[in-house]
Amino acid sequence: MATITIDKVSRWFGNVVAVNDITMSIGPGVTGLLGPNGAGKSTLIHMMSGFLAPSSGAVTLDGAPIWRNQQVYRQIGLVPERESVYDHLTGWEFVLANAELHGLPQPGAAARRALDLVEMAYAKDRRTGTYSKGMKQRVKMASALVHDPAVLLLDEPFNGMDPRQRLQLMELLRRFGADGRTVLFSSHILEEVEQLARHIEVVVAGRHAASGDFRRIRRLMTDRPHRYLVRSSDDRRLAAALIADGSTTGIEVDERERALRIEAVNFQGFTTLLPRVAREAGIRLYTVSPADESLESVFSYLVSA
Amino acid sequence: MNPTVARLTLRGLLGRRRGALLLVAPALLLIVSAIAGRSNGDAHGLTVKILGQLDLGTLTPILGLVIGTGVIATEIDDGSIVYLLAKPLPRWKIVTTKLAVAIGTTWVFAAVPTLLAGLLLYGTRDGVALGYTVAVLVAGAAYSALFLLLGVVTRHAVVAGLAYALVWESLIGNFVQGARTLSVQQWGRAVAEAVAGDAAVGADVSLGAAVPLLLVVTVGASVLASVKLAGLTLAAEE
Repeated sequence: MATITIDKVSRWFGNVVAVNDITMSIGPGVTGLLGPNGAGKSTLIHMMSGFLAPSSGAVTLDGAPIWRNQQVYRQIGLVPERESVYDHLTGWEFVLANAELHGLPQPGAAARRALDLVEMAYAKDRRTGTYSKGMKQRVKMASALVHDPAVLLLDEPFNGMDPRQRLQLMELLRRFGADGRTVLFSSHILEEVEQLARHIEVVVAGRHAASGDFRRIRRLMTDRPHRYLVRSSDDRRLAAALIADGSTTGIEVDERERALRIEAVNFQGFTTLLPRVAREAGIRLYTVSPADESLESVFSYLVSA
Repeated sequence: MNPTVARLTLRGLLGRRRGALLLVAPALLLIVSAIAGRSNGDAHGLTVKILGQLDLGTLTPILGLVIGTGVIATEIDDGSIVYLLAKPLPRWKIVTTKLAVAIGTTWVFAAVPTLLAGLLLYGTRDGVALGYTVAVLVAGAAYSALFLLLGVVTRHAVVAGLAYALVWESLIGNFVQGARTLSVQQWGRAVAEAVAGDAAVGADVSLGAAVPLLLVVTVGASVLASVKLAGLTLAAEE
């Protein structure tokens, strides 16, 4: 059992604050670190893996500082975001070298076990330079798992993977979490995180925006007011019909755009209401587009929640 | 020494295109020496020019630069250094291993060809071949340590290294007497002079100054590189 504790941690680069006073603790099981690009996820993972010093605060593994402490790597396995592995080595040579660098008593056996675990034994004699993205990701996983670590840190592990590889990796991480290992992965895709992680930490613009069970976070995200842009054959009549229902809170007639700007409280309710109302009133819908569905707006809503 | 670090470093150094690149300098030296060895001019003067200016003054620092930065800067640049650093391995061990590989490689690609070129040009007379070989051995080791350090502390190690070797040592050292005191090349010459005699290699720095400076630079660069490596920061890519 291993726990990474982030205690009042900030990290700035010159005038830019990348991580702003974050406190969280990552324990056994799978945790998803969710946030838009540039939110500070990588900065956090770099600090958790000993490749960046916090500007203030402390990052510890079971009480031991991580920065400038090489002994923590006996317990930590890191899968970095960058793809480069030693391209001129075969998968086998690469994983074996990692086992040897850990000073394991039987590096050969450990490397074989790790390659089997990620199902890469079939390609172990090919140079890693010839691997696909998914294969590289898996051989990186094998190198991180070779010493059977209690903690596994993965920076955007699903980037560039095809759906099948994604499922495979998720299955693998789920298994590690069930084994009682501490698994933390970062992602900017909500669906990815909620498929895999029971526990989610959300960071936005360097701040800790939300933390907890994925269902609670999902609810926060879907229950927020949604804005839509709607064009129809009769905007004003549609607006009148819609405002009568409780699932919309505001409708604006945008003369210049020749459209309605609608704010809906309830995502589910509104998406079934709109077509029904339009059909009953005999109005044709030309355009229905969400006006603020970008991930950033979802996250910024979370921050203010 | 860590055998795994040594193996990875050596394969990285010789495995890529750099391996072929490293052969260019010794090949050039040997070809020039073979041609010059057939001419009937002032053999001693020609030898000193080729081994002193071309070899010790230009090719050796360039080889030292390519090799010294090649053993670590490439890995730092492409991020694969993470796999060495995310291990319970003392940083000084990584640095000394890489330095040993760099020195060994520099000796193979610079010192061995120097000895051969010296023999081609001037035979075994006056200890000239031996003298320049010793100078290249000594300077090669110091260049390796210096450029390895540059590879750890700056992303522009090659530019900084070239500036030192070509601008400071060759250009400024040529005109300003005092600049030669702080010149790896001159320290190598001083040691060579002590080994092979005054007739073979001329040095502007005394042995008493060169030896401590060599030690300070080589050991100091290794210590500093270890400290810097222990605090190596990964740049966020977001």
